[in-house]
Amino acid sequence: MTSHQAVELDKERLLGFLRKMLEIRMFEERVEALYREGKVAGPAHLYIGQEAVAVGVLEALRPDDVVLSTYRGHGHALARGVPMAAVLGEILGKALGTCKGLGGSMHAPISVSHNIPMATAIVGSGIPIAVGVGLGLKYRGGGRIAAVFFGDGAVNTGAFHEGLNLAAVWALPVLFVCENNLYAMTTAISRTFAGQSIAARASSYGIKTYTTMGNDVVEVYKTASEAAEYIRAGKGPAFIECRTYRQRGHGGYDMGVWYRPAEERELWFSRDPIDLIFNRLKELGYADEGLRHSLIEEVGHMVEKAVEEALNSPVTDFKTLSELVYATKV
Amino acid sequence: MAVRELTYVEALNEALREEMRRDDSVIVFGEEVALAGGVYKVTKGLLEEFGPERVRDTPISEVAIVGAAIGAALVGLRPVAEIMFFDFAGIAFDQIVTHASKLRFTSGGQVKLPLVIRTQYSLGRSYGSQHTQFLAASFMQAPGLKIVLPSTPFDAKGLLKSAIRDDDPVLFIESGSLYVNKSYYGYRGPVPDEEYLIPIGKADVKREGTDVTVVALSRTVSEAVAAADRLREDGVGVEVVDLRTIQPMDYATVEKSVRKTNRLIVAEDSVKTCGVSAEVAAYIAEYALDALEAPIVRLNSPPMPTPQSASLEREYMVTSDKIVEAVKKLLK
Repeated sequence: MTSHQAVELDKERLLGFLRKMLEIRMFEERVEALYREGKVAGPAHLYIGQEAVAVGVLEALRPDDVVLSTYRGHGHALARGVPMAAVLGEILGKALGTCKGLGGSMHAPISVSHNIPMATAIVGSGIPIAVGVGLGLKYRGGGRIAAVFFGDGAVNTGAFHEGLNLAAVWALPVLFVCENNLYAMTTAISRTFAGQSIAARASSYGIKTYTTMGNDVVEVYKTASEAAEYIRAGKGPAFIECRTYRQRGHGGYDMGVWYRPAEERELWFSRDPIDLIFNRLKELGYADEGLRHSLIEEVGHMVEKAVEEALNSPVTDFKTLSELVYATKV
Repeated sequence: MAVRELTYVEALNEALREEMRRDDSVIVFGEEVALAGGVYKVTKGLLEEFGPERVRDTPISEVAIVGAAIGAALVGLRPVAEIMFFDFAGIAFDQIVTHASKLRFTSGGQVKLPLVIRTQYSLGRSYGSQHTQFLAASFMQAPGLKIVLPSTPFDAKGLLKSAIRDDDPVLFIESGSLYVNKSYYGYRGPVPDEEYLIPIGKADVKREGTDVTVVALSRTVSEAVAAADRLREDGVGVEVVDLRTIQPMDYATVEKSVRKTNRLIVAEDSVKTCGVSAEVAAYIAEYALDALEAPIVRLNSPPMPTPQSASLEREYMVTSDKIVEAVKKLLK
């Protein structure tokens, strides 16, 4: 598929992947529990099963690259280093949240200090915005790129086509990351998608396109590194289709069962992204069960600390909200 | 202060040129804006002066045009994106209403979006139902957006410069009739040589009078001024209040005028239901009912799409004749 020889993967980096992915997994499991307890008002679109995409892509980028996320974005935020308490605070609608509780779960990734200026709740809509980010970054120089995440559902929106076309026409530094988890809500991609593949659709715009096993963080990292290098070389946008799977439903309310065949679920659960990286580390002699357990314990403490902080946070004072509508008041 | 006569189009062009010279974060893009200089020449000469990195033709992709403006603004540019006809803003409604207007608030105030979406509506030019819609009121349901409508060359220049410098997303609605119709008050007018800005959010009294207040915006300001000038010959004093900005709305100036004249007519180029005129009327009914000596009159288009035929369109529109008639009736 691609030649990744140039990408060095040392022990520390691989262990870092495992750690980050565990953080996302355990965080999301805790969000799920809070949701079931009725502590999350509104939706919670969990990232469980897709951790390798966020970690693989974002580890391959520079901190000053700009990332655009989605309503299924908790994993993007954590992979980028946004503090757990701020992400959870946002999911719980608290003042501590990244957006002071005004955005909620679907906008929780937004953290300007981490170069995530937007996370959209409208499928596909981040794509043209990423094109504008790419335009601004190219205009200013400095080799920064824009990376935008979206799901397979987004590829059937007009915004996808307009955005990809414009990025290609203007040769902008944009990395399109499609997290193809095979379902738009409960509707299988096979029932809505015409054509050969998402990647083929993207490449029809003359965009450099990759397809990768989205559950394998090493594959994703290598692919994203190569794509980012291509973009930074000034060759225009690149597109990665990451084949992955939601291990949960569309939102917290959905168990993701009735519309997905048992064999399919079993197959994809057997490709669990955390198991995959852990087994690789074990084969290389970099990790064992003991390490895994101590990591789980550490991350567990980290998550519980965030839960406590977030639950104890006050809610933003309603009286302050009108100050946030405009940057310059008239 | 030295003053020249400029057309509405020339004044807009000067505003863009001056702001682009002043600040290299200002870029312009849209359909036909670069090589062609804009279908109505508002962006004429910008490509030649500022080059292809700053002045860009886009594909016919309104979603991407507005999306790109949002993105560029997120990383510190001040994009001025053009939507050729206001009707086409419908295609980009999601980007304008669901993203541009909301992102600052939704992010808890983390981001600012200093972008301008320039567009124009062409009622009065026989462009038919799909190129003439005045959709301004629809966007008033999107707090976070500022909505500016210049009615003269002086206003066009001063307001566009302010819009470009503003840190919030501005929907800047021009009038296609004022581009071309030489009989209009707003087609050509005095513009100072010296630099000036007009503040966003402030209405402007275009004609003073004590008998009736006519609130107008964009093209209908020209109709209202024509009506006021005719009625003055009959000894009737019409005060014409040009809203200039409808979001945020300068209610205070409207109320002050109504408290002086005790009579209110609102003239707007849209259907009456839930239009800008409805908002102005509701405000006065809610907060200044005691000042009224007669019922509020709203002059809008009838509840139907715009007919194309020139004479039918004329009947459909708010004209100075209709305003004169309404004023006379109100004073009877």
